[in-house]
Amino acid sequence: MSRIGVAFDKARADGRAVLVGCMPAGFPTVEGSIAAMTAMVEAGVDVIEVEIPYSDPVMDGPVIQKASDIALAGGVRTRDTLRIVEAVAATGAPVVTMTYWNPIEQYGVDAFARDLAAAGGTGLITPDLIPDEADEWLAASDAHQLDRTFLVSPSSTDARLAMTVEHCRGFVYATAVMGVTGARTQTSSAAPTLVSRVRAVTDLPVGVGLGVGTGAQAGTVAGYADGVIVGSALIRCLLDAPDEASGVAALRTLSAELAEGVRNPHR
Amino acid sequence: MSADVPARAAEATAQPDGTGHFGRFGGRFVPEALVAALDELGEAHRTAMADTSFRAEFGALLRDYAGTPSLLYTADRFSAQAGAKVLLKREDLNHTGAHKVRNVLGQALLTRRMGKRRVIAETGAGQHGVATATAAALFDLECVVYMGEVDTERQALNVARMRMLGATVVPVTTGSRTLKDAMNEAMRDWVANVDETHYLIGTAAGPHPFPALVRDFVRGIGDEARQQCLDLTGALPDAVTACVGGGSNALGIFHAFVGDPDVRLYGFEAGGDGVETGRHAASITGGTSGVLHGARTYVLQDADGQTVESHSISAGLDYPGVGPEHAWLHDTGRATYLPVTDAEAMAAFELLCRTEGIIPAIESAHALAGTLKVAPKLAADLGREPTIVVNLSGRGDKDVHTAGEYFGILDKEENA
Repeated sequence: MSRIGVAFDKARADGRAVLVGCMPAGFPTVEGSIAAMTAMVEAGVDVIEVEIPYSDPVMDGPVIQKASDIALAGGVRTRDTLRIVEAVAATGAPVVTMTYWNPIEQYGVDAFARDLAAAGGTGLITPDLIPDEADEWLAASDAHQLDRTFLVSPSSTDARLAMTVEHCRGFVYATAVMGVTGARTQTSSAAPTLVSRVRAVTDLPVGVGLGVGTGAQAGTVAGYADGVIVGSALIRCLLDAPDEASGVAALRTLSAELAEGVRNPHR
Repeated sequence: MSADVPARAAEATAQPDGTGHFGRFGGRFVPEALVAALDELGEAHRTAMADTSFRAEFGALLRDYAGTPSLLYTADRFSAQAGAKVLLKREDLNHTGAHKVRNVLGQALLTRRMGKRRVIAETGAGQHGVATATAAALFDLECVVYMGEVDTERQALNVARMRMLGATVVPVTTGSRTLKDAMNEAMRDWVANVDETHYLIGTAAGPHPFPALVRDFVRGIGDEARQQCLDLTGALPDAVTACVGGGSNALGIFHAFVGDPDVRLYGFEAGGDGVETGRHAASITGGTSGVLHGARTYVLQDADGQTVESHSISAGLDYPGVGPEHAWLHDTGRATYLPVTDAEAMAAFELLCRTEGIIPAIESAHALAGTLKVAPKLAADLGREPTIVVNLSGRGDKDVHTAGEYFGILDKEENA
């Protein structure tokens, strides 16, 4: 079983959900992103999702777009992402990578899988790669024993949902809302239904993302899902802060609040 | 007409395959959230094309509203300069001034067929935005157009046109604030509002079924031109030429001729300052295979797969990708793609103005310039004057300011 699978099993035994925290690689700088992710782990984030910044992130809202732009303007490269994965994995927390497909295709699919595995990464979340187009990734992830997290959506038909889940390994990513990433004042009513549809076809853990920004929302999602995925709200701590130190302090505070939230699932 | 020339355009190719691939290109690189909508659209497209009442309604709109078939005009004075018999497919005479009206009318009909009430579109120079706003007004659909902030400033007149037609224009302030970012923002809107919204994409790019669907709606250009050329000259042309940005006008005119092996197909990409300078929009000539905006195709990108900004004097060709069917026609060798620089395009622009009294869109001027470049080689190969059909895809009214600045004639007037 993958390291992520172990984390989900342990949380399940403790009667709580896993907290997955997302941060773009190289935001605000390569070293700064390592410091931020390390702080998140120390404050209670269970799994770190490192997003490879991409010039055209169509699934992401304004916060992640802005952070990605800052990272790219700073000159971050795909190989820097691997260095960040390695550094954060050294904390002991499982590190999964989230990426649009083109950067991986240009790096070389098998080469990236090999290097990600060597860096200690657990696998990939692929927001714009559906299993229908994923032959090369299916082979590479098998060869290098990496997890595959494809997304399911409220609009997925039963047949597509089953097919998508069948190709997943590690955990399934359920997109809670029809829309892009970004914290919302209310979490989605479609998400519980989607999670139960996934549960009907798999024993894999289900993470819910898109829209979670507070401890209370994390508790709500933890009530029906195995994992709570938070990105924009954490990133905003750094974007809104006057300097890096206060940004990391705010990041610790929110991480701790979310970690508390996933330990108090509202059922 | 010689006996061995087929009188009707062949159903040229079986491409794309059932999952939207043109060889190794095309496909669907999209969030799962959009797959259901793309499937719905594909089904609507498939049943519509098989439905005689849909085809009749589309045909009537094209005839009575858009003013097609467009003329095939023998440009004698331009021909004398080119050393070829140049036949211009006058898409510039269509309603809204370009081939794009064919695509928007087809997709507006599909929108209604799917029971959707809202359309969104991306636009660069504003031409597709104006065309979409036009169709939305005609079909009483809500219309939102995403346009890069840089482009809203460059093309203020088209912003006003869209608003007059009742559309909401949203300036996009992310990324490079140009066409590709407008496309990203339209995709984000679509993901969030897909139940009631159709994304009326402006070119033969994007995820399956868009490339095939857009081609089907614009293929009338080539079907008409093929028959008109046979009627006019008794033979098929030796070559067909068009400019290529995303590539809808080129596919529109190529498609009918793909099955005619003796007809050479030339697509002219925007070479900007020259492909060697890196400041261009020639995705096939100067790019590499990658994934952008939902399809695998040729893309202007760096070694890490980050999209690189494109450059062209023509806003309509200023895009860092290209429709996947062009990528495939390039790989198979069926069509030839060559770059044309800003300077070459503007020289051809001026030549058409002065020889024929026709002001072309700067996009179309790339096709004219490329034609001037390949005509001598064709003549040498054939040992006679070649006949070349050029897709004059749009009129140049929108470009008068750009051209005026380029030729320095605005300054002269001010100084007079």
